[in-house]
Amino acid sequence: MAKTTDTGQQATATDTAPRRRPWLLELYGTAVGKKYAMAISGIVLMVYVLLHMIGNLKLYFGPEAMNEYAEWLRIFGAPAAPENAMLWVVRLLLLVAFIVHIHAAVALTITNRKARPLRYQSRRDYVVADFAARTMRWTGIIVGLFVLFHLADLTFGYGHPDFRGHEDAYHNVVASFSRPLVSAFYILANLALALHLYHGAWSLFQTMGWNHPRFNHWRRWFAIAFAVVVAGGNISFPIAVLTGLIV
Amino acid sequence: MDLTLKVWRQDGPEQAGRFETYEAPGIDEHASFLEMLDIVNERLIADGREPIAFDSDCREGICGTCGVMVDGVPHGPVRGTAVCQVHMFHYSDGDEITIEPFRAAGFPVQKDLIVDRTAFDRIIQAGGYISVNTGAAPEANLIPVVKDVADRAFDAAACIGCGACVAACPNGAAQLFTAAKVSHLNLLPQGQPERYQRTEAMVETMERYFGSCTNYGECEAACPKEISIDFIALLNKDYRKSKSRGRWAS
Repeated sequence: MAKTTDTGQQATATDTAPRRRPWLLELYGTAVGKKYAMAISGIVLMVYVLLHMIGNLKLYFGPEAMNEYAEWLRIFGAPAAPENAMLWVVRLLLLVAFIVHIHAAVALTITNRKARPLRYQSRRDYVVADFAARTMRWTGIIVGLFVLFHLADLTFGYGHPDFRGHEDAYHNVVASFSRPLVSAFYILANLALALHLYHGAWSLFQTMGWNHPRFNHWRRWFAIAFAVVVAGGNISFPIAVLTGLIV
Repeated sequence: MDLTLKVWRQDGPEQAGRFETYEAPGIDEHASFLEMLDIVNERLIADGREPIAFDSDCREGICGTCGVMVDGVPHGPVRGTAVCQVHMFHYSDGDEITIEPFRAAGFPVQKDLIVDRTAFDRIIQAGGYISVNTGAAPEANLIPVVKDVADRAFDAAACIGCGACVAACPNGAAQLFTAAKVSHLNLLPQGQPERYQRTEAMVETMERYFGSCTNYGECEAACPKEISIDFIALLNKDYRKSKSRGRWAS
C-alpha cells in the first residue's frame, strides 16, 4: 500500500492496516452490539431465574428437602471442583450478566434520548408499542432494587427478623414471608419481572436475529409462557406462607 | 366539512416553532390530505399570509417525499398509506387535526412541516447499492432467483425512504429503513459480493445519526409500505456476521 505525502512523493507504508480492537469489544462499541449484549446477558439471567424458581419449589416438599437442596447448591461440582467453587462461578457469571445488562441499557437509553432532543409537542399516539415494552426501564429498576433487597434478606440476613444462616434456608424463607410488607414487595417485584420478561423474552429473538417463518408465531407464546411460569411460581411462595400452606 | 387545524409553524431551522390554529371550512371529502392543505394554503396566500410549508412530490404514495405527524401518528390514521393517499372522507365535520413535523436528531426541521432527511442519503451512500461494471445492460434473466427470495427482496425494496419509521420510533431509530435497504440487496445474488461490507457500513452510518432499536414495533405499524420488522432481525444477523467475518481467516 502506498500513501501520498503532502509533497506529492510516494511513501511506502511500513504498517499494513490499523490494528482492530478485539472482536467483542468492537461489537460492543456499537448500538447493535450492545443490543446483542443485552440479549445474551438477558438469556443468562432468564435461565437463572427459571432454575431459581424450579429449585424453590422444594419449599412444598418440607424443610428437609429444601435445606438439603440449599446445601447442595453450595457444594455442587464437588469433588471434581472445590466446595463452593461452582457456587462462585455461578455468582460471578450472574454478576457479569447484571453489569453488562445494566451498562448496555443505560448507554442505549442515553443514545436514544439524544436521538430525539426535542420531543413531540403534540400528543403521541402509540399504535402497537405495548405497556410492557414502554416500561422496560422501570420494571428493570424495580427488579434490580428487589434483587439487592432479596440478597440482603435471604443470603446475608441483613434486616431479617430471625436469620438462622445457611443451614435452615426453609425457616429463613418462611420467617421472611411472614411479614406481609415483604411479601407484598416480593409479589410486586415479580409482577414487574413478568412484564419485563413478556417483552424481553420476545425481543431477544429479534435482537439475536432469530427470525424464521417456521417459529415466529411461537416467539410471543414462549415469552408469555416464560413470564407466567416464572412469576407465577415465585408469587406462589409468599402466598403459600401467608395462607399457612407452608409453615 | 369544516375542520380546525393545529399546525406546527417554524420559520427556519434555528428558530423556535409553535402551533397555530387555522379554520378550514368547506373541505370536500374527496380531497386528499395534502389537497386539503393546498386549499388552506391558497386561502392563506389570498389573505397575504405565509402558506404552510410541507414536502410532497408524486402524491400517489410511491416517492416517499411527503410525511408529517397527524394526531401523533406518522402519515395519519390510515395504516399502510402515505399521507398523500389519505383522503378526507376518513374525517368528519368538526374534527380538529394536529399536524407536526417528524422529530428526530437525524431529521432537523427546516421550515414548518419540512424536515431534512439527508441522513438517509448518507446511509444509502455507505452501501445501499451494488457495484457493477459499466457497459451494456446485462440480460435480466441471466441469474435465476428463487421465487420466495425474490418476493422477500421485493417486500424490502418497497421502502420509499419517507422516514415514518424514525418518526414513529420512541427511540428515534432508523432500523426499519436501514434493514429494508440492506435486506433487499443482501437477499439477492447480485448483492452477495458486498453483503457484509454493506451491512457494516450502513449500520455504522445509521448509528451516527439515529437511536437504537428496542423492538417496540411502532415503525412497522407506521410504515406506508408495511415493511416487516422481520428485516430488522436479518439486519442484526448480518451485522453480527460482518463483525466476525474474516477474523479467524489468514
